[in-house]
Amino acid sequence: MSKEVMKDLKKKLGKKIIDMVQPRSNRIYIRVEPEKAPGVVEYLFSKYKCKLCTATGIDMREGIEMIYHLAREDKNILINVKTLIPYSKLEMDSIGKKIPAFRWIEREINEMLGVEFKGHPDMRRLLLADSFPKGKYPLRKDFKHSDVTDEDYDYERSGI
Amino acid sequence: MKQTIIPLGPYHPLLEEPEHFKLYVEGERVIDLDVEIGYNHRGIEKLSEGKTWDQVPYLVERICGICSTSHPMAYCLAVEDLIGCEVPKRAQLIRVIVCELERIHSHLLWVGLAGHFIGYNTVWMWAWKYRETILEICEKLTGNRNHYAMFKPGGVRRDFDKEQVDYGLQRIVEMEKPTRLLTDAILDDPVIHKRLKGIGVLTKKDAVLYSALGPTSRGSGIPWDARNDEPLDGFKDLKWKVIVQQDGDVFSKGVVRLLECFESISMIKQALVKLPEGGTIDADIKEVPMGEGCGRYEAPRGEVFHYVRSDGSNMPYRHKVRAPTFNNLPTFEASCKGETIADVALITASIDPCYCCTERVAVVDRNNNEKILREKDLLKLSVDKTHNIMKKLGKTPPLYNMEI
Repeated sequence: MSKEVMKDLKKKLGKKIIDMVQPRSNRIYIRVEPEKAPGVVEYLFSKYKCKLCTATGIDMREGIEMIYHLAREDKNILINVKTLIPYSKLEMDSIGKKIPAFRWIEREINEMLGVEFKGHPDMRRLLLADSFPKGKYPLRKDFKHSDVTDEDYDYERSGI
Repeated sequence: MKQTIIPLGPYHPLLEEPEHFKLYVEGERVIDLDVEIGYNHRGIEKLSEGKTWDQVPYLVERICGICSTSHPMAYCLAVEDLIGCEVPKRAQLIRVIVCELERIHSHLLWVGLAGHFIGYNTVWMWAWKYRETILEICEKLTGNRNHYAMFKPGGVRRDFDKEQVDYGLQRIVEMEKPTRLLTDAILDDPVIHKRLKGIGVLTKKDAVLYSALGPTSRGSGIPWDARNDEPLDGFKDLKWKVIVQQDGDVFSKGVVRLLECFESISMIKQALVKLPEGGTIDADIKEVPMGEGCGRYEAPRGEVFHYVRSDGSNMPYRHKVRAPTFNNLPTFEASCKGETIADVALITASIDPCYCCTERVAVVDRNNNEKILREKDLLKLSVDKTHNIMKKLGKTPPLYNMEI
């Protein structure tokens, strides 16, 4: 079953992807360029009938690595689309502007890791307080708890 | 017509998580809705990066008091996916038993709260009375009524002895009759049909578009169940089926939960009977190599997703946690529009979120006149609607004590 999926995806996505590996029978990892990632993920969600499990942002040395986890339930397979967004240009096109399932997770990655999603319809804070200082990203590796003190909070913005 | 904004929330001590709903209403109808979460953001993902692989299960167990085995389960599956190790048969069946016990007690908790909310306090009392049996089984088998601390990457931490297995079998058989009684009483009641059917419909198309999970998607006719879609060895040998309802309303979601209780009871019985004599319960993982793994497990509310990445050290480099409510909450944009305030409070409860939103409700209209509705007022709106339906059907509504 999973070999079929690999073949199918290679045929459909061939030119758009860098490489594709299958470490276990029910896991596929696809690597793509940041510009191609939204197109590939949208294809998998809309045409290939995958559901969105979630997306993960990881702070690597060279940039933020984004992983979209998409599951094709009738074939028992989890497809992970990976892309590395360099620190020099920390942005990618929003998928949430077309598909609502992606909106919340893009908001979360925006505030936690600082990736800009172009064209997102509603980029407010999701989990962090409105008064949390701008430009601090808690899930980055260089963030320490002592980086944010009480004075940094902007209580006027949250209306307290 | 004058547009009014009604904030619902954010704090309520009844269930786990605070969240804040802003309802934009015209008269009684909700025309738009905005959800705010993050009041209880605890930074579990960041904390997890500072714990060793063996300490993380105890941390993720405390993400949710009710899904307290689903998170460790998904985490263990993610680590096992990373390493590629096999879990012993006996450990897998013990995992199934604990997880399914949790599913029954979580579903009964929801049924009770939903009953309380529509003015059926008898349903509330009954459901929670039967839930007590499940908690007693949990206590006997694992030592705790909640937060069982049973799982570790590669297996389980405690074994069951013969006395515990016999006790579990005897008590779980006892559960069948009362669960059937409760289910029949709810499904045969014309008032509950009228009150819950056709309310808060989440269409199949919307459920796909929002990637709804668990009973929320299965109530809308989508058979997504991580236990079936990502089959674990423990579940492969058991006979069970995925419960699916087609209508997508509050009633369907309730029916899915009630019928799932029977599947869980049957699975626990099968697993307790099949439990092989003796044998190891731990794959004995010594170290975690570099790599990455994903774990998916079906919690009572929907699929829990954990992703771990290892750099070869004794701590995760990154640990991503996604609870089912994260995907289910945005579906309100699709299911609440056009409903009345009395129903929206019920719809927000129908996905079984952490429904701590009804403590304080303020009605704000454009002229800045503020009117505070408390939980009691909101409850009254909902109960009054049930009583009106009863009167229409020629029944006498029971005396209802709002102080309960």
